[in-house]
Amino acid sequence: MGNIDQEIMDKVIKIAKKKKVNFPESYVHDIVEAYIRRELTDKELETLIVRVKKAYERSKVESGEAIGTVAAQSVGEPGTQMTMNTFHYAGVVELNVTLGLPRLIEIVDARKTISTPTMTIYFDEDHRFDEEFVKKTASEIAKITINDILDDFHVDYGQMNVEMVINQEKVKEKHLEFDDILLKIEKTFKKHIIDIDNNKITIAPKLDKRTKGIQIRDIRLLTDKIRDLQISGVKDVNRVIIRKDDQWVLHTEGSNLSAVLKKDGIDKERTTTNHIHEIYTVLGIEAARNAIIKEALHTLDEQGLSVDIRHIMLVADMMTADGTAKSIGRHGISGTKSSVLARAAFEETGKHLLHASIRGEVDELTGIIENIIIGQPIPVGTGSVGIMMKNK
Amino acid sequence: MKPVLKQISQIVFGLMSPEDIREMSVRKIETPDTYDEDGYPIERGLMDPHLGVIDPSLKCKTCGSKGGDCQGHFGSIELSRPVVHVGFGDTVYKILQSTCNKCSRILFNENEIETYTSKINEIMKNGESLTKTIKEIYKEAKTRDKCPHCGEEQEEIKIDKPVSIMEGGYKLTPSEIREKLEKITNEDSLLLGVNHEVARPEWMILTVLPVPPVTVRPSITLETGERSEDDLTHKLVDILRINQRLIENMEAGAPQLIVEDLWELLQYHVITYFDNEASGIPPARHRSKRPLKTLTQRLKGKEGRFRSNLSGKRVNFSARTVISPDPNISINEVGVPETIAKEVTVPVHVNDWNLDEVKEYIKNGPDVHPGANYVIRLDERKIRIYDETKEAILEKLEPGYVVERHLKDGDIVLFNRQPSLHRMSMMAHEVKILPYKTFRLNLCVCPPYNADFDGDEMNMHVFQTDESRAEAKSLMRVQEHILSPRFGGPIIGAIHDHISGAYLLTREGSTFTEEQAFQIIRKAKMIIPKRKNGDWTGKELFSLLLPDKINMQYKAEICKKCDTCLGKECHYDAYVVIDDGELITGAIDEKAYGSFSGKILDKIMKEYGSDRARQFLDESTSLAISGIMKVGITTSTHDEDIPEEARERIQDHLNNAEKKVDQLVEAYENDELEALPGRSLEETLEMKIMQVLGEARDKSGEIAESYFGMDNHSVIMATTGARASMLNLTQISACVGQQSVRGGRIDRGYIERTLPHFKKNELGAKARGFVHSSYKEGLNPIEFYFHAMGGREGLVDTAIRTAQSGYMQRRLVNALQDVSVKDNGMVTDNRGLIIQTMFGEDGVDPAKSDYGKAADLDKIIDEMRLK
Repeated sequence: MGNIDQEIMDKVIKIAKKKKVNFPESYVHDIVEAYIRRELTDKELETLIVRVKKAYERSKVESGEAIGTVAAQSVGEPGTQMTMNTFHYAGVVELNVTLGLPRLIEIVDARKTISTPTMTIYFDEDHRFDEEFVKKTASEIAKITINDILDDFHVDYGQMNVEMVINQEKVKEKHLEFDDILLKIEKTFKKHIIDIDNNKITIAPKLDKRTKGIQIRDIRLLTDKIRDLQISGVKDVNRVIIRKDDQWVLHTEGSNLSAVLKKDGIDKERTTTNHIHEIYTVLGIEAARNAIIKEALHTLDEQGLSVDIRHIMLVADMMTADGTAKSIGRHGISGTKSSVLARAAFEETGKHLLHASIRGEVDELTGIIENIIIGQPIPVGTGSVGIMMKNK
Repeated sequence: MKPVLKQISQIVFGLMSPEDIREMSVRKIETPDTYDEDGYPIERGLMDPHLGVIDPSLKCKTCGSKGGDCQGHFGSIELSRPVVHVGFGDTVYKILQSTCNKCSRILFNENEIETYTSKINEIMKNGESLTKTIKEIYKEAKTRDKCPHCGEEQEEIKIDKPVSIMEGGYKLTPSEIREKLEKITNEDSLLLGVNHEVARPEWMILTVLPVPPVTVRPSITLETGERSEDDLTHKLVDILRINQRLIENMEAGAPQLIVEDLWELLQYHVITYFDNEASGIPPARHRSKRPLKTLTQRLKGKEGRFRSNLSGKRVNFSARTVISPDPNISINEVGVPETIAKEVTVPVHVNDWNLDEVKEYIKNGPDVHPGANYVIRLDERKIRIYDETKEAILEKLEPGYVVERHLKDGDIVLFNRQPSLHRMSMMAHEVKILPYKTFRLNLCVCPPYNADFDGDEMNMHVFQTDESRAEAKSLMRVQEHILSPRFGGPIIGAIHDHISGAYLLTREGSTFTEEQAFQIIRKAKMIIPKRKNGDWTGKELFSLLLPDKINMQYKAEICKKCDTCLGKECHYDAYVVIDDGELITGAIDEKAYGSFSGKILDKIMKEYGSDRARQFLDESTSLAISGIMKVGITTSTHDEDIPEEARERIQDHLNNAEKKVDQLVEAYENDELEALPGRSLEETLEMKIMQVLGEARDKSGEIAESYFGMDNHSVIMATTGARASMLNLTQISACVGQQSVRGGRIDRGYIERTLPHFKKNELGAKARGFVHSSYKEGLNPIEFYFHAMGGREGLVDTAIRTAQSGYMQRRLVNALQDVSVKDNGMVTDNRGLIIQTMFGEDGVDPAKSDYGKAADLDKIIDEMRLK
């Protein structure tokens, strides 16, 4: 299959070259696909290419077009039609994911912490149908706290200690080793008195010399600390949901891409997260750009709003143009503009003017608002061209 | 039009030195009083006539020009003691931290100075932002506790915001700070973020204060004859008063304590003069306790100078009034009331060819419609036309004059409705002068403006130059915006009655006698076709509008989405086939020419151009309207009547559902419910109940629906996509359904229950906001209450959403507005930074694309094979 495709692709490219067009790769793919699906003859292929060439040339953007404004409006305008409803079910019934306007705002803000991070974990070819392996991995990833394996837990205010009974069955069910758990407990509560009697563990705080006696508050804090002690799993991943569609897939609540990618048997290409900043730190800026596009498009699609991908691409490219994921707003793009007037007209007027004055900044007046402010034609669209007289 | 005389190429920002301020000053201001008893401004007072005049009857003592022509002149106040400029309090603090307490050299050794200097020079050469590097320098330098130049141990510098700076435990006076700053060398100051070419660090401590001209702070005379001064003048009076007292006290040799107190007070007044919202400083107030609006407040925020006067400007030649619909005008047109047309004018350059026409306007004068209001003579004097002066003006009129004539039919104007969220919110329309007092617009342009007629108002702007008119005509006309750049489909299209009208006209079995058909055609102002001496079907009538060679097939909005599509044999007439410009099968509805989804409209626009698309829209909508007037459509709650039998079936069904819910609750209470993976038992129960109740409503809707036929006008409207949805009909006729707050069933109100009518912790359908009744039956009080809760949430939601999305839009537009396509197809911002090498990876304009694709291959192949 791959071979034939390549052959046809070369053929299409050759014809295209003959007809003096330079199609983007996706167009060549589409033509090849249509060629196979519709069983075109070579002559038909040629006329098809000519027709596509004509359509392509006709629909190109004109130079000077204020594409930025159009993109911003196209992404912003549907915002008014979106729901505020924060929580929604996304594919997996058990998982709540922020959608709608709050999510879109989150994306353009390039937030470092998002409200509902979630991952979709795929498995490589050897393991994607291996139920046993998938379940094992799931339990490795999922956060398990002491609370999850308890049989009994109570606080003895008389003795001023905490008593708990661990359920061995639950330990086994979760693919854990009892000894590891004990080790972990001992390591964490080094400064406490620990007494282990088979499944029963008693922990009491040591007497503090400065504050005579143990306060009830100390015990309370200790109980919370014990219950929430993580004994297994990946940091920041709270829950894992196992799904089987055409293959086994894991959905998680919470996200930690770098740790999950290190696991064995995971498809590193398809496994992904909705946390854009994490993608940026783990996979780099190009991946972050694609993630922004994917997430924004998904958010809009889910609300039944169609926005052309090119607009979202421009927003994503603008956010990632200098190699870091910048937000849309005063801390990101708008705050780092070259023009003083443009920054002052957006937000934090005083700050920008004062800074500009001691730095001796020069406003070259190349942008839109600067020229509106001083009352000159703006340098986009019909304002980007002038008439030059021929010198005789 | 006046040609551009000068162009501003750049603006350099900098600080003013005390010398600059004195040089600029035309007058030293010394007395805190403004006017004497006779109401004349006092010399060397804040209203000194040297600072310029506002009153046109007075002459400026500096430039000699009359009020209005004189833009004003600055004065100055010599401060008896220096004070810190609020805006630079933090910068001064950072600089003092980074420099030696004794010798004022930067706390870096020669090597570091050199590396940082070259780094900064490099950045400045590239025109990048210095902020980051300077921050780094401040951070690095303050960690040094010994001066590498003089060996002095450094005391800790602290700041008490906004301006008091402490060294060790001692509070530095502004004079001392100034001395320290004076000692900083030019080379060092560059590293400290002060560019010595335009500013010196000590200039951040004020010794002389510029006094803005009176034109900046005009006083207002109230009706009572009382004079009310501007906030800035009030503040300057305060400063002058304290300044004078300080001088007097110092000259009298008052104790240090008193002088320092007055100095503090002077500092306070200067701070609030610059910024009355500085943190840590109580705002200065007017007598009425209103905080004063001083310099920073004038510039800042939405109502500030930048956003409200510089980025957005008020204009002349504009009009605003209520809008109302008019299906008889073209989408390209706007109906303008005659009263408005007589007010806003178009400048006409008189030449030999239009002399007679222009004379006619002048003859009509300002009160008769196609008249004129003003004439601009060759010497650029503007003269108002009165009935008495008409003759004189007519006599003198010659080529080269400009006549401001009334708006008339065919003029191009800009039409706008706020909020202007996208470019289709401002489009160019052709004027059509109509009686009455509202703007009239075609209904098809409602979607892009998001307009309705419940009292909406819109704005109109009249172009004043030929360039703008030409540009508007080719780029901004309504017909050029039928396709939205957002998704490459039509955004302008038929709505409401246009759609139900077209359906009634074209549905199966709708036939007209030739007379009726011709009446419809005549009413739609179409060309009367040849007689065919027989009945006409609606489809034939509609075919008259289609371009000759158009071919297409699609599923209409009324499609029931059967499991196997019968194609042309569709029982519901939902499969539209157009062959060679003839509508063969299928009814016309929203999918055909509705806004956002019209397929025929889309095809005509893309293949036949905007002129043909406009013609199609104009004609098809008026055909639909005349069709609907022939057939008739009406609606009332009788449309939602269902027979008793249906009512019983729905009731049965709802009771069943409620039983199911009760069973679920019972199972939950007996611990028999199995939790879904990763969910608690409670959540599982809620989800299951929601599902059962959701299905119950849908099912009862289906039952009700089965009793409705396509002869029901409400159903016609809902299924064709004209207005409302089947869900609305279900709620009216069968069952309103579950009310929700925060995405779940209602679970708030009283302790552990929603209302006192229920038991505590009751989980049944009724206790948690399920509304059994239909709107038509009426809701019982409990249901009504729950419904109001759900409704309230919806209202709050909308209010919040508009604010949030508005801000997001503003940020997006601000961030992206400088991005444009360059000649070579690259996408760059105003700095020349390349954002994309080719827009959207293929350089296709979404507005010209076919739903995002440059070409639909299958469409092309189909066409190819047809021939």
